[in-house]
Amino acid sequence: MAERMGFFTDTTICIGCKACEVACKEWNDVPDDGFVFRATSYDNTGALGASTWRHVAFVEQDGRWLMMSDVCKHCTHAACLDVCPTGALFRTEFDTVVVQSDVCNGCGYCVPACPYGVIDRRQDDGRAWKCTLCYDRLRGGMEPACAKACPTKSIQFGPLDELRERAEARVERLHAEGVTEARLYGENPDNGVGGTGAFFLLLDEPETYGLPPDPVVTTRDLPAMWRWAGGAALALAAGVAACFLGRR
Amino acid sequence: MAECHPVGYQWVMEARERGAKVFHIDPRFSRTSATVDRYLAIRAGTDIVLLGALINHVLSNGLDFREYVLAYTNAATLVNRDFRDTEDLDGLFSGFDEETGRYDPSTWAYEGDVPEEEELTEGGKRHAEAAGSDSYGARGAGASATPPEDPTLTDPRCVYQILKRHYSRYTPEMVEELCGIPREQFDELAEAITANSGRERTTAWVYSVGWTQHSVGVQYIRAASILQLLLGNMGRPGGGIMALRGHASIQGSTDIPTLFNLLPGYIAMPHAHRHDGLDHYLEREGADTGWWGNRRAYVVSLLKAWWGDAATEANDYCFDYLPRLTGDHGHYATVMGQIDGTVKGYFVVGENPAVGSANGKAQRLGLANLDWLVVRDLVLVETATFWKDAPEIETGELRTEEIGTEVFFMPAASHVEKEGTFTNTQRLLQWREKALDPPGDCRSDLWFYYHLGKRVRQRLGDDEIDRPVMELTWDYPEIGAQRDPDAGAVLREINGTAADGRLLASLRELKPDGSTSCGCWIYCGVYADGVNMAARRKPHTEQGPVALEWGWAWPANRRILYNRASADPQGRPWSERKKYVYWDGTRWTGPDVPDFEEDKAPGYRPPEGAKAEHALAGTDPFIMQSDGRGWLYVPSGLSDGPLPTHYEPHESPVRNALYGQQSNPARRTVDRPENPYNPALSPRFPYVYTTSRLTEHHTTGAMSRPLPYLAELQPEAFCEVSREMAEEIGLDNGGWATIVTTRTAIELRVLVTGRVRPLRLNGKVVHQIVMPYHWGYSSGGVVTGDVVNDLPSIVLDPNVYIQESKAGTCDVLPGRRPRGRALLDLIERYRDG
Repeated sequence: MAERMGFFTDTTICIGCKACEVACKEWNDVPDDGFVFRATSYDNTGALGASTWRHVAFVEQDGRWLMMSDVCKHCTHAACLDVCPTGALFRTEFDTVVVQSDVCNGCGYCVPACPYGVIDRRQDDGRAWKCTLCYDRLRGGMEPACAKACPTKSIQFGPLDELRERAEARVERLHAEGVTEARLYGENPDNGVGGTGAFFLLLDEPETYGLPPDPVVTTRDLPAMWRWAGGAALALAAGVAACFLGRR
Repeated sequence: MAECHPVGYQWVMEARERGAKVFHIDPRFSRTSATVDRYLAIRAGTDIVLLGALINHVLSNGLDFREYVLAYTNAATLVNRDFRDTEDLDGLFSGFDEETGRYDPSTWAYEGDVPEEEELTEGGKRHAEAAGSDSYGARGAGASATPPEDPTLTDPRCVYQILKRHYSRYTPEMVEELCGIPREQFDELAEAITANSGRERTTAWVYSVGWTQHSVGVQYIRAASILQLLLGNMGRPGGGIMALRGHASIQGSTDIPTLFNLLPGYIAMPHAHRHDGLDHYLEREGADTGWWGNRRAYVVSLLKAWWGDAATEANDYCFDYLPRLTGDHGHYATVMGQIDGTVKGYFVVGENPAVGSANGKAQRLGLANLDWLVVRDLVLVETATFWKDAPEIETGELRTEEIGTEVFFMPAASHVEKEGTFTNTQRLLQWREKALDPPGDCRSDLWFYYHLGKRVRQRLGDDEIDRPVMELTWDYPEIGAQRDPDAGAVLREINGTAADGRLLASLRELKPDGSTSCGCWIYCGVYADGVNMAARRKPHTEQGPVALEWGWAWPANRRILYNRASADPQGRPWSERKKYVYWDGTRWTGPDVPDFEEDKAPGYRPPEGAKAEHALAGTDPFIMQSDGRGWLYVPSGLSDGPLPTHYEPHESPVRNALYGQQSNPARRTVDRPENPYNPALSPRFPYVYTTSRLTEHHTTGAMSRPLPYLAELQPEAFCEVSREMAEEIGLDNGGWATIVTTRTAIELRVLVTGRVRPLRLNGKVVHQIVMPYHWGYSSGGVVTGDVVNDLPSIVLDPNVYIQESKAGTCDVLPGRRPRGRALLDLIERYRDG
């Protein structure tokens, strides 16, 4: 397996140009997401979904306008992948999580499984879609389209270990400059999803940007649940057997 | 800048990361405001108050870079005794003629300069355009190379003292009262720009159409120039004033102009009543000292490039083949000519005036009154489809079956489907390769004009009147099945050749005797030694930070203009930190191409009667000016005064607190029924509007609204209003608002935001509304909307005739606008009310 690759999105230098949204759609041939004036600051695509794989959030605060380009987190423990019955979702050699559209049967199990609400089904064809971290470009030795298009290097692509180091240094520097609210989101391998392949530098609480504060892989308790269910089944079986045995 | 130039803005972000302090001054809190150190909200149309107060701060606290100012500017120069400032005349300069609304600039001259001779007259009457900007062109006009000076700067008639008096009333209190910028914010800005100027540091200003589109627009830029000269920030690394342009290659379209009053390289277009022949034209259009002193070489070489062998000394090099101006032939004058029926045909190339120009209704009424109209664009823009879907069809003001205009739509090639150069903000020419042939009938503009020219020539004969066209050099190699003219050949013609056909390497080789030809003197050298310098793409990792081998910058591949000013008068760097171009004892050197004769020593003093560059001393860095100095005060060349002065926009809700004179006295109005004005200070129009752009769209949307990926990002025309204004009017976020001026009313979706704040001006609350202008009624658009530019009036800056679309007044009503006849009734009520 190649090195684990990922995104570090530094929101402190995001200028909200949405080049990432457009480059993603151009490269991946993602359809438009409708033409709706949402009256929510400069955001008219709303959220990540089947037809929006990069999404720039605009948060208006008193005297401050936060912008953040959100994307699939490519979790270490990816619930979407765990629940996929067809094997359409798989883990690549870059340790990213990709849906194969020619295998997906549109069952939709992955949709509620994602703790971030990223993956979604398209209304017209029913299949599930999300960011592939430009798997085809990576295989061709190129960086993902969004990172390539980002004019300010707010979206950085690279080996995850390297990105984590860079991000920590950046936070340290910001703290030294008095930007004490700077914090990383998703980089910690000990978090509920085992760390994310796409992590962020934020200037406020994750909820402010529409991110869950403490996401947990929804399949985390699955083994235990199966154990309990198995135990219960065994106990039931034993009880039933006991009944028959007892009658003898 | 983040909003409209996100790619260039990466360098601002990087500068900030490296410790630069960035301020953003704008009526609107944009993406730029979100990513800077300090945002200053300003009332649209008041920037000269702010800049004037900064100038006053520098002068009254002695913070100017005195050595630079004394040596490199005209601070010490004495001005004519008869000059009267706005201080003396309550907002007017001397020479104003109430009747014509024009200035006679003769009293603004330097001491001892003789006023220009009387104009040639037409029918015994002084021509109406006598003091128009086209009489000077965009360059240093006639003034002495060595005017009298007072190096102690104490003479009340020296520029420094005039400046001091002129700006004395531009105080922080005035800034608070007129701009709405609180004292502490002003103090922080003033402290930052003065602390970051001088020997060790420099400050740069960046502006765009927020500064130009005003009835006093040119003077905005002039005010920044004064500030930068006083602080020693011109001609030095990290300094300057950067003009961000509105499209790719707009800089190129002024260098090789689409402007009516200029020839390539900022050479003035000859005037029918001002110029008799070449000699007379050259005599009148500029000074003999400084580099413009060589203008005969530039003009003759241009004429040789255009008319080749037909241009000879005996026929004035075909000077008489050039068209002549008779007055203002700018965009808005042309539109009025259409309405009047004097302009019969119209070429619209890569423009969309039905949506992009002020007073859209007047634009469309003009289009509807033409015999023929040619539109070249990528999509069917509103200018091409007005006859079926203009708002005037809905109101009944126009009826399709009654419009006689024959519209020719010529599909255009996109930038990847043609080769050529872009010249952008930093004067940098960058060559584009053609990636693929344009589809179908789409063709490049070069193809269109070249083949049109060929067909026109086929239809002309040997009449005398046809000779200017028949004798043009019009013979470019044709390439491929589509017979595209070779853009490289055009660039070589622009570069210029010697008599033996050798490509010229430098504009210094240009000759006044007809032995050289050159299509644009400032571009001479772009094809030096037969190499397309604009096509060079050496990565920055393989060369120094000035990157002289990336593309080619005019003139002579200089990256910073007037860079001799980066050294002190003796030629030493002002500081090690800001070392750039300097004198090494025998020549000027440094990482950039020196903007000076390489071997002219700092100690050089011109002999009596010297001409052109030889008339400038080794300490005169501003080599295009007749005196080699940066002009704090402009003795000639401007139509509305030698010093920037605050005037309220033509439509303003407040009185000019600085002078009795409310608005720019020399502004050009168009007083016609198609162009009614909101009365100044009218309670019917209590709100200030400004127009703007968004990252997601391009100008009138013709290149973005047809693209779903861009259209979905900003799908509907909207306005931004403050919470307070929304409450006052009853506007709902996501609902509709109707914006009304005396021109028309439009409807926009409402975005209520804390980013827009009411301004408190002298106790009075003024609300501003911000409207991006990217929508129209068609353009093959996935998304459409009302035309924001239908709201502004046509009122123009007198120097360059740009419209005041960045500041006006309006009323705002909740809900959607009336349809059809009812819309006209609403406007009638406002006009009469």
